[in-house]
Amino acid sequence: MLQVTDLVKDFGKMRVINRASFQVREGEIVSLVGPNGAGKTTLVNLISGHIKPNRGKVEFLGRDITAAPPHVRIRMGIARNFQITQLFQELSVLDNVRNCVFSIHGLSRHWLRSAGSYKEATQSARRILEIFHIAHLEQELPLNLSEGDRKVLDIAMAYALESKFLLLDEPTSGVATGDKFKIMDTIIGAIDRSKMATMIVEHDMDIVFDYSDRVLVLREGTIMADGKPQEVMQDKEVRATLFGIEE
Amino acid sequence: MGLGFNLLLRHTGLLSFGHGAYFAVGAYTVAMMGRYFPGLYKMELLLPAAVATSALVAAVFGFVCVRHTRIFFSILTLALSMLVFALLVKLYYVTGGSDGIRAPIPSMLGHTFQGVRRPQFLSGFYYHFLLGIFLAATALMYGIINSPFGKTLQCVRDNEVRAEMIGVRVRHFRWLAFVISGMYAGLAGGLWSFVNGHVTPEVAHWVFSGEVVYMTLLGGFKTFAGPVVGAVLFTFLKLYAISGTEYWMLIIGITLIGLVLLLPSGITGALASLAARLQASRVGGP
Repeated sequence: MLQVTDLVKDFGKMRVINRASFQVREGEIVSLVGPNGAGKTTLVNLISGHIKPNRGKVEFLGRDITAAPPHVRIRMGIARNFQITQLFQELSVLDNVRNCVFSIHGLSRHWLRSAGSYKEATQSARRILEIFHIAHLEQELPLNLSEGDRKVLDIAMAYALESKFLLLDEPTSGVATGDKFKIMDTIIGAIDRSKMATMIVEHDMDIVFDYSDRVLVLREGTIMADGKPQEVMQDKEVRATLFGIEE
Repeated sequence: MGLGFNLLLRHTGLLSFGHGAYFAVGAYTVAMMGRYFPGLYKMELLLPAAVATSALVAAVFGFVCVRHTRIFFSILTLALSMLVFALLVKLYYVTGGSDGIRAPIPSMLGHTFQGVRRPQFLSGFYYHFLLGIFLAATALMYGIINSPFGKTLQCVRDNEVRAEMIGVRVRHFRWLAFVISGMYAGLAGGLWSFVNGHVTPEVAHWVFSGEVVYMTLLGGFKTFAGPVVGAVLFTFLKLYAISGTEYWMLIIGITLIGLVLLLPSGITGALASLAARLQASRVGGP
């Protein structure tokens, strides 16, 4: 469903993404791994439309979206979270999610009725909060949440966009080790429900092994390996890249 | 009086130093209709016309301004309003230059106020009329900020990056807020022209726009009632300062410095935090 071809992105003289090509199929959970500075977040930004590539092509559901602005991609079904949580700080948890529901259903410009009177939108926002186990926090401001809950809220907002393809940029970074698997179980449970394809940027190899169907290894802006987790990790070069082990 | 408008700018986090421009457009629309189309000089036509023209000007200016944020946005709004000021002064034959244009008492729904003197008109019928419009405009604004549209504007203010990534067209929403805000200023300008009886270019000058900013700072920009409280207090402050001393600007200036240093969230903001503290001490107390 997602096809990336020969993507190139330069920041000044630095080539951050260098002819990266890969695809993601429907319903698949793909992990994107690679050392710091390999260009993982840049790739997420390119696919979500946050930044535009210098060369190459991004296609989604057979349509060329290389030049499409973010709101078009979101309508088509691409949603993302943020590694460093990006929330609406002065709005309640419920409003944070409900505004996403308004947006995807084209209600954002309605101004005659109060937000609370949109029963359906409010219900689906509450349902999403329940799926992500943060329903009890709906009246809180993001400020009063734990880092783990903030991460989950950030992902719930992307999920609320009813996407077909979800980009998760380090969903468990900054979370205590003991909570990581709990959060991943919540997220994967939600994804399984809607059968959406997902690409997860992740550092923790245990998580990569446990949750992904396929692994992409990114090094210096190029996809150097692509395959099942067990197979890819057999590769000496991959191990050297990821763990710095020379065998 | 009609200061609900500044609120909207608070809700997108954009500080406009050029709201005098839309106020002036509203006021001049009224005065010029009186001058060129005396047959149409009716309240029920004048006010919609004032709102429409200020919306149009705000739509054009807004198109340029919303491309920028923070100080760049503020400076642009200021520059554009000074452009309006310059036009009003220079186009003597159309706008009356620095002499301005007279704005007599209009008729309303077929009723003329012939023989009614201005002070009588202002303290009688017009006072209640203003109050009614003010309440309606405030209620409408309150509705807007609590609607999905208003909530989306808050998203844009809180986190532009995320707003874009939930599918909100950030510039488009800023522009809409800008136009609505301009319409409120235009309405206020139209209403004010009858109070003053005379319209001059000064209302497009940045000093006037600055007063609007001052009012909002005084009242507090984080609360709904802030700008209204600020407007009332500012008007009293200015009135007493002017009648008491010729150095009234000094008093206004000192108040502003004190305000920024001591009450950064304005009077309503300070009251709100005081109330919160009292409540906390009551809960925490014996």
